[in-house]
Amino acid sequence: MAAFHFELVSPEKHLFSGEVESVVAPGADGQFTVLKDHAPVMTTLKAGVVTVSGDGKVEKLFVRGGFADVNASGFTILAEQAIPLAEIDLAKVDADIQNAREDIADAKSDDARLAASDKLAQLQELRAAIVG
Amino acid sequence: MPSLKDLRNRISSVKATQKITKAMQMVAAAKLRRAQSAAEAARPYAERMESVLANLASGVTAGGPPLLAGNGNDDTHLLIVATAERGLCGAFNSSIVRLAREHITRLQDQGKTVKILCVGKKGYEQLRRQYERNIIELIELRGVKQIGFDNADEIGKKIIRMFEEGGFDVATLFFSRFRSVIAQIPTAQQIIPAQIPSNENAPAVEGPQASYEYEPGQDEILSTLLPRNISVQVFRALLENAASEQGARMSAMDNATRNAGEMIRKQTTLYNRSRQAMITKELIEIISGAEAL
Repeated sequence: MAAFHFELVSPEKHLFSGEVESVVAPGADGQFTVLKDHAPVMTTLKAGVVTVSGDGKVEKLFVRGGFADVNASGFTILAEQAIPLAEIDLAKVDADIQNAREDIADAKSDDARLAASDKLAQLQELRAAIVG
Repeated sequence: MPSLKDLRNRISSVKATQKITKAMQMVAAAKLRRAQSAAEAARPYAERMESVLANLASGVTAGGPPLLAGNGNDDTHLLIVATAERGLCGAFNSSIVRLAREHITRLQDQGKTVKILCVGKKGYEQLRRQYERNIIELIELRGVKQIGFDNADEIGKKIIRMFEEGGFDVATLFFSRFRSVIAQIPTAQQIIPAQIPSNENAPAVEGPQASYEYEPGQDEILSTLLPRNISVQVFRALLENAASEQGARMSAMDNATRNAGEMIRKQTTLYNRSRQAMITKELIEIISGAEAL
C-alpha cells in the first residue's frame, strides 16, 4: 500500500511523525479512514482512538478531541491531549469513571452536570478502547 | 585603611555570596534544559495550528467571527504582559516591561484606552508604579512547577470571556522569545484579532489546490479553532518565557559568580599587602627599639 505522511501533535508533545499506510480517526461526524491521496478535509475530532498502521505495525493512541487536517502534503492531527494506549493504566481509568459518576450525582447546575457527563462519556470510550 | 579583620570578613562574605550564585547558576542550568525541551516540544503544535488556521482563514470571505476579524473597533487595548515570578535573572523582566511600556505610551498618545493583564508577579511590580489604574488583574503562576496546557487554557478562556463581554478590542501578548542562553528577544504578538501569516509568502502546496471539505462546517471549525488558538499562543508564550527566564538567570548568575571571583582576588591581594606591611612595620619598631638601647 502506498504511504503518506502523518503527524500527531499535542500541545505538550510531538507524538508521531512518519510515513504510514492508513490512519483511522474519530471525526466529529463519525469515524473515518485516511489513505494516500485522500481529498482535502478538515474536521474536528471527538474523544476516541486513532489507529495508525504502516510498515506492518499498528499503533493505537487515545485522543481527547482536536482537529484533523488532510491536505496534499499529508495528514495532521492537532490533538487536545493524546496518550498511547499502551501507557494508560486501566485501574486509573476505572477510578476516574467512578469519580465522574459521582460528579454527575453531585452536580449542582445543569452546566456542571453536562460537563461531568461529557467527561464520563469520554472515559467510557477510553475504557472500551483499552479493553476491546 | 580597613583593618585585617575587616578584610577577612569581607572576603568570607563575598565567598559565601559566590557559593550562592554558583548554586543558582547550576539550578538554572538544570531547569533550563527542561524548560527548553518543553518549549521545543510545543513548537510543532503551534506551527501546525498556524498553518491550519491560515488555510482556513484564506477560505473565509469578508467578515468571519470577531476573534478572527476583530469587532470593528480599535479603542481599547488589552496588554497581556507575561513575566517571571522571581527576580535575579538579569534584564529579563525589565526588558519585557520596557517593551510593554513603550507600547502603552504609544497607545495612550493615540488616545486609546489601555488595560493590562499581568501574568507573573515581577512585571506587575514594575508596571504598578506607573500604571496602577490600568492593571485589571494579576495572574500568579508561583505554585506551578511545570507549566501545563491547562494553565494556559485558563488564561486563554479568561481573555476570550473578557473579549466577548466587550472588555477590549485588541489583545497583544508580551513575552520573551527564547533564542539561546544569551539571547532572549522581548516580543509583542497580537492575538485578537488573530494575526494570520499571509498565505502569499507561504510555499504553495504542490498540485492543484483542491477545495477543502469541512466537517461539520467551516464556521463550526473556525469557532472551535480560534479560541483554541489563543490558548495555544498563550501556552507557547509561557513556555518560551520559562525557558528565557532560566537562560537569563543562568547568564546573570554566571556573571555574578565571575564578578565575585574577581572581587575575592582583589581583596585577597589587598589583605596580603596590608598583612605584610603590618609585619614590616612591627619589625622596624623592634629593630629601632633594640638600636636605641
